[in-house]
Amino acid sequence: MNWYLKKLISFIITILSVAILSFVMFQVIPGNAAIARLGTEATPEAVEALNKEYGYDKSLPVRFVNWLGGAVRGDFGKSMRYETMTVAELIKGRLPVTLTLAGMSVILIILIAIPLGILTTRDPGGTADRITDGSMVAVMAIPSFVQGILITFVFGIVLKMFVPGGYVDPSKNLSGFIGFMLFPAISVALPKVAMTVRFMKTRVKAELGKDYVRTARAKGNTTRRVMWGHVFKNSLMPVITFVGLIVAEVMAGSIMIEQVFNLPGMGRLLVTSIANRDFNVVQAIVIYIATAVIFVNMIVDILYKIVDPRNIT
Amino acid sequence: MKRKVFFMMLLAAMTALCACTSGTNGGNNGSDKVYYGGNITIGITQDLDSLDPHKAVAAGTKEVLYNIFEGLIKVTKDGEFAPAVAESYTISEDGKEYDFVLRKNVRFHNGKTVTAEDVIYSLKRVAGMLETEEPDVSKIAAFSIISDITKTDNGVKVTLTEPNTELIGYFTSSIIPCDYADQATAPVGTGPFKFVSYSALQNIIVAKNEDYYIKGVPYLDQVTFKICANTDAAFMELMGGGIDILPYLTNDQANQLKGKMDVVDGTMNLVQALFLNNAVAPFDNLKVRQAICYAINRQEIINLVAGGKGVIIGTNMFPSFSKYYDETLVDAYPYNVDKAKELLKEAGYPDGFSFTITIPSNYEFHVRTGEVIVEQLKKVGIKAEIKLVEWASWISDVYVGRDYETTIIGLDSKMAPSDVLRFYPTTASKNFVNYFNNDFDALFEKAQKAVNEDEKAGYYKQLEKKLTEDAVSAYLQSPAQLVAINKDLGGYCFYPIYVQDMSTIYFKTEPPKQNDQ
Repeated sequence: MNWYLKKLISFIITILSVAILSFVMFQVIPGNAAIARLGTEATPEAVEALNKEYGYDKSLPVRFVNWLGGAVRGDFGKSMRYETMTVAELIKGRLPVTLTLAGMSVILIILIAIPLGILTTRDPGGTADRITDGSMVAVMAIPSFVQGILITFVFGIVLKMFVPGGYVDPSKNLSGFIGFMLFPAISVALPKVAMTVRFMKTRVKAELGKDYVRTARAKGNTTRRVMWGHVFKNSLMPVITFVGLIVAEVMAGSIMIEQVFNLPGMGRLLVTSIANRDFNVVQAIVIYIATAVIFVNMIVDILYKIVDPRNIT
Repeated sequence: MKRKVFFMMLLAAMTALCACTSGTNGGNNGSDKVYYGGNITIGITQDLDSLDPHKAVAAGTKEVLYNIFEGLIKVTKDGEFAPAVAESYTISEDGKEYDFVLRKNVRFHNGKTVTAEDVIYSLKRVAGMLETEEPDVSKIAAFSIISDITKTDNGVKVTLTEPNTELIGYFTSSIIPCDYADQATAPVGTGPFKFVSYSALQNIIVAKNEDYYIKGVPYLDQVTFKICANTDAAFMELMGGGIDILPYLTNDQANQLKGKMDVVDGTMNLVQALFLNNAVAPFDNLKVRQAICYAINRQEIINLVAGGKGVIIGTNMFPSFSKYYDETLVDAYPYNVDKAKELLKEAGYPDGFSFTITIPSNYEFHVRTGEVIVEQLKKVGIKAEIKLVEWASWISDVYVGRDYETTIIGLDSKMAPSDVLRFYPTTASKNFVNYFNNDFDALFEKAQKAVNEDEKAGYYKQLEKKLTEDAVSAYLQSPAQLVAINKDLGGYCFYPIYVQDMSTIYFKTEPPKQNDQ
């Protein structure tokens, strides 16, 4: 139980620090919600009136305490730009898009990278290995948003496999939704696939040199059995950690890819809200992302214990 | 789906009236068939800031809401005022009373007939005259001189505390029902399209208003304004066929579309300039400002940035506002490197100086203009450096805070000459160039109060001349707007204000059947 309590306390401290940091940083950047919204119509009187409505006439500590008081109760307040919507409503509408994107990306990473990592080490220096190596270097070197643009161009505009920006609402057409999301998910996944494959390869190679592999071979096991029955399981654990770490990057990657594929997800909401200085929305999303990352790391910790019970930290 | 086919004659009359684009080269007006019905998608790159027309302030929102709402009057594509909810209006001799006769049987999208009470409520709301103040309603400052709005036998009468004949341009402000509480979520107006749905970051959908008081308008059944993350994403969608109309293309994008889509151009009615902070050294020196004007080759900018489209200006006024525009000012500072160098020497900067140009990064057009200017100024020894800032920072630091050296931006305005020049009176909160000139202020007041049109135009031309003589800023161009349109569509119109009018758009071929929605 002690372990879980420790995790919980560190979780609360982390979230609180994230909240304070993003609150402070938001004060440093120029402009505020009222000025951003009024644009060239911004007159001192209009700005003052709107600021008052947003509660910006109060001092910084008071605002933070007010915000924290609401946030603890799950009330993140109202959006300053989308005046008719609460932050919770806004996020509720965007969250499924980002979660689907991140989820599909992680599944793709696991489905592609792990088998590929094992297969290529079976014949080091062979054709399959060389092709994989070359293409992995390429997808790792090109940033995911560039790959997103390339994928849109090749599959969307040239091959017409999907309509660029033709996002469909899952409530209207679920298969259409998944079909469209596949392309942004590939864009997010590709660079991470490359990283995972490389990581997997080094792990598998390291394991292959170990004594138990020689013993297994000596016992007459086929290469396939040695690979999947022995090496795979032993090289899996560091890879789980690695995939866990990647989840945070997948979230970050999704934010960028949502811009490229025009997805109405959390990332686009975040970027739009920063541009609009919509503090309530930005703060809530930052907290959400931080929570998600910490949560995934906790799951990784737990998985660790399951795969190898000796890991009691 | 109802479909009617109209032939040449009727259309010839209509397109001639509105002189809109109709085909590949815009020259074959009248040869199009016009099909009723069909759904189209138009790309916009800004989410809406409010669905309530009185709360919306972003230009990108107003250009969408234009299709749902109407004012007492409307601006035509020639910059004239046409009756809308009002059937006609008269302005009294002394310029203190505006009398509007309401059109009969104009109905809101919820079926209610527009009454004088609705009009009075709408006008009072934007004038800040309602008893319950709404802080987020964007007030029309010019309406502060309204003393009373009353009901007459056939309409409403607006009384002013002081004469002002230019106020008419502000009566384009939307008329909304007086007893309707859901304006911000399910807006109701009188325009050619009615609101269907809105989802943040995705789209706003409007459908044909079958009850519109002009018969036969609009043509389309449904229009989706698709909110795109940025111009690049929007352009990708356009290339992929997901978008039928995309305004504000760059010259490069337009070139890429050749053959695939129709690209039409019209004027933007913006004053694009290298605005100089007149309160900051060395721009507080007239000779320095003049030197910069001489050192900038405006035609080269237009050629390089806008593919040769755009009109050179020499002052803060749009050429299309011809009645008030003094075209002789264009040649006040012809491109002349020697002259610029000489002026710099006289001003005490024989070796030039360095400064920064702060440009909002979301406006690629202004950024590219800045790049050209940097190169041009090098020739006279001035070292300019571009500083890109985010839009919200620009508004806060440059526009409101006036903490900058120079900036490039396009200023738009309502259909009143005083609104175009609202940035320059000494006390104006929008005077971000810090231009302080008592003569200008006095003349500006005279111009606004003048009742006689010729006299008024004369005053405004004098004001423009002052801006040019004082070289307040380096005025560059009234940029062209490039719009990509699906080859199957016709009827796109350019207006002297920021709008995307979908009521004139029609299919030239049988509209495709829609499978979703």
